[in-house]
Amino acid sequence: MNAPQPIEQTARKFMSGNEAVAQAARDAGCSVASAYPGTPSTEILEFIAAYPDIYTEWSINEKVSLEVAIGASLAGSRALCAMKHVGVNVASDALMTQTLIGAVGGLVLVVADDVGLSSSQNEQDSRYWGRFAHIPVLEPSDAQEAYEMTRLAFSLSEQFDVPVMVRLTTRICHVKGVVVNSPVEAYERKNFTKDPARYVMVPGNARKRIPLMMARDQKLSQASEAHPLNRIESGSEDCVGFVTSGAAYFHVKEAYPDAPVFKLGFSHPAPIEKIREFAATVAKLVVVEEVEPLLETELRAAGITLYGKDVLPRIGELAPQVLTPCIDKLLGKPCQDTLIETTGLFPRPPTLCVACPHLGIYYCLSHIKNTIIAGDIGCYTLGAGHPWNALDTTISMGASLSVAQGIDKGRSEADQNKNILAVIGDSTFMHMGMQGLLDITYNQGNVTVLLLDNRAVGMTGGQNAPSSGLNIHGEPTMQVDFRKLCEALGVKPERIHEVNPYELPTLFKALREEVKIKEPSVIITNQPCVLTERYSKLPPLKVDEDRCTGCSNCLDVGCPAILVQRRETVIKPNGREKQLAFVNIDTAACTGCNLCTNTCAPDAIIPAFNIDKINAVEVI
Amino acid sequence: MTAKKNSAAGNTGVVTNILVVGIGGQGIMTAADVLSQAALALGYDVKKTEVAGMAQRGGVVTSHVRFGEKVFSPAIRPGDADMMIAFEPAEALRWQSHLKPGAVAMVNDYPLKPPVVSIGLFDYPEAPLVQLAQSSVELHHFNAGEAAIELGDRRLVNSIMLGAIADHLPFPPDILEQALLNRFQRKGEALTVLNRQAFTLGRRAFNKNNYSETA
Repeated sequence: MNAPQPIEQTARKFMSGNEAVAQAARDAGCSVASAYPGTPSTEILEFIAAYPDIYTEWSINEKVSLEVAIGASLAGSRALCAMKHVGVNVASDALMTQTLIGAVGGLVLVVADDVGLSSSQNEQDSRYWGRFAHIPVLEPSDAQEAYEMTRLAFSLSEQFDVPVMVRLTTRICHVKGVVVNSPVEAYERKNFTKDPARYVMVPGNARKRIPLMMARDQKLSQASEAHPLNRIESGSEDCVGFVTSGAAYFHVKEAYPDAPVFKLGFSHPAPIEKIREFAATVAKLVVVEEVEPLLETELRAAGITLYGKDVLPRIGELAPQVLTPCIDKLLGKPCQDTLIETTGLFPRPPTLCVACPHLGIYYCLSHIKNTIIAGDIGCYTLGAGHPWNALDTTISMGASLSVAQGIDKGRSEADQNKNILAVIGDSTFMHMGMQGLLDITYNQGNVTVLLLDNRAVGMTGGQNAPSSGLNIHGEPTMQVDFRKLCEALGVKPERIHEVNPYELPTLFKALREEVKIKEPSVIITNQPCVLTERYSKLPPLKVDEDRCTGCSNCLDVGCPAILVQRRETVIKPNGREKQLAFVNIDTAACTGCNLCTNTCAPDAIIPAFNIDKINAVEVI
Repeated sequence: MTAKKNSAAGNTGVVTNILVVGIGGQGIMTAADVLSQAALALGYDVKKTEVAGMAQRGGVVTSHVRFGEKVFSPAIRPGDADMMIAFEPAEALRWQSHLKPGAVAMVNDYPLKPPVVSIGLFDYPEAPLVQLAQSSVELHHFNAGEAAIELGDRRLVNSIMLGAIADHLPFPPDILEQALLNRFQRKGEALTVLNRQAFTLGRRAFNKNNYSETA
């Protein structure tokens, strides 16, 4: 997996919010950057990794990642840590105490909220963490502001002795726009200075830091009130005025270009008095914020009359087509329903790739009866979809193991004969799954664990992890040995199987054997993610139409390269109707993994010899 | 010319809205990037957005390209697209309500059916382009998928589609061609030639001015 290259230095650059953050880190003299991959934040570190002067790492989880950045800040360097919204939940243990310590070198936490849930398990609003942890929050509205605010975040952090959060959303991270950079800063690193009263947070020391944090809150409030990032944009119509931040700002400008707007960039602590002045100048005040009514609640508590989530949706993006009907209704204007009409068209849900090594696992799981399967976060979450329907729970990183343990311990009499399984990928296992396995072995749970090792963080694009044996730059490093790791975590050696997930009979045998045994066991699969360079394609397959009986067994594999040509209904000797589906294979997509061949009784799936060698030339 | 006065955006002047739709892996985002680079080269303000969290997993991918003197929101509103480049006919149907009356729709009519259709849970529409053809939209469609395979690689569909839209843009087609070829500068002459061929093939398929230059 090659990291994207930063584009050439020119006056006007066209870059995404993520790339702008990376460029800002470089231009601000940041020297340590860490992250765990997560949509929509992943590319930030990939872009930073292309700068040779910055130490970058894929950390094993967000807590570790933030702690690495904290250490670098205490050592006197400017440091940046990037993560998706749910990552902050993991990192929060460190964050909530680091705020008492503050920062030496500028410490910037870039958090990307997935407003609209394009690829996440929830839609939580990270701005809450700013309040909870007493740290300032900056909210850029586009890539240019992402650049400027990331630059500012480093100096604010040093000025106020506090970690600073830059809060992005999907519409900032993945939107490209024109960016103009400011001059590069040469940051002079400080040295580590021993200061246990400040850095060792035992109760006696921490107690003394709390009043300092409160005093800092006051100073930050004053700074926010006066800061140019919090500005009033006058308008020609004063029947409604908006208070808004982030991506929602441009949605408001698009929908109501003539309305006065209070644009928040330094959004926490909120400049309440400045907003109060603005409120007095408009007939109706509407707070437009994604996602939670957070600022709204604070302004109401300050006695400001306003509209917010009482007129606007509480979930998803506040795009112009969402805003307009709500605001027009508030203003008593006739509103047109501009929402997208439904076409009644089939959905196109994301699915596992052609030849994905997880296909064999889900084929087997969907053919084993009496199971309760706890899932996890990654590509294999897609196993909950068709045709497998083989996941019963998905909650958080690593939860498959501990939830399975709980299901085992909490199951009723009626569920006593159920087979409890946990499905987790290599990277998620190292992120937060190892502890769950130790809990299972320590407390003698009866769980069969499927550890799907594809040597990469698949869902976010195949980034390296300790299972890859490669670091963020693709350079060789240690490679974790899962068999040894599971043994060390207390699984008996004979209960650990390493299998090739393309060999269905072996996989079935291992699964059937292990679910029967009433103790912890681990089945490790060992084939690489097909999106990574490690994967090698084999010659493609085709269907011999004369031999295809229409049994449709191969469709249970769920490979997107298997396509139905025609359907027939036949009457079986017992009088029942049977649906037949005759298939072919998209040979241009097929990479010859042979999984489907395993499921074809009449041997109708054969090598596509008549197809020319795959054209390997790289094209657009 | 399909650009319009963006009435809702008041002082932002003319903004052109191009929607690029298809399926993960087809090169939607790359095509949108090439369009953006061309607009950028002309000095426009440009914003490009997509929802691509599942881009490589066969999900729906849409990319919005907006350019003009000043662009606010990156996403195109329903009913506001001046143009749509659809890499798959059912996806053209899915997004047709985003088009404004008189918009240009350039569609690759090579269908790609997802597994939920293969396993019989949903039907693929028999004639996905009928509704578009009956609307006020200026519809062009051709089998760019097959053309790409004939040229030697299905991934060339991207350059073919860009060629097809090139004569319908509010700027000269050469600007788009140059933006496309810039991507291959460091990848060698062979690729540049191949993609220029693909672009030309697309242009020939849909040029109102009987474009006949050979590659």
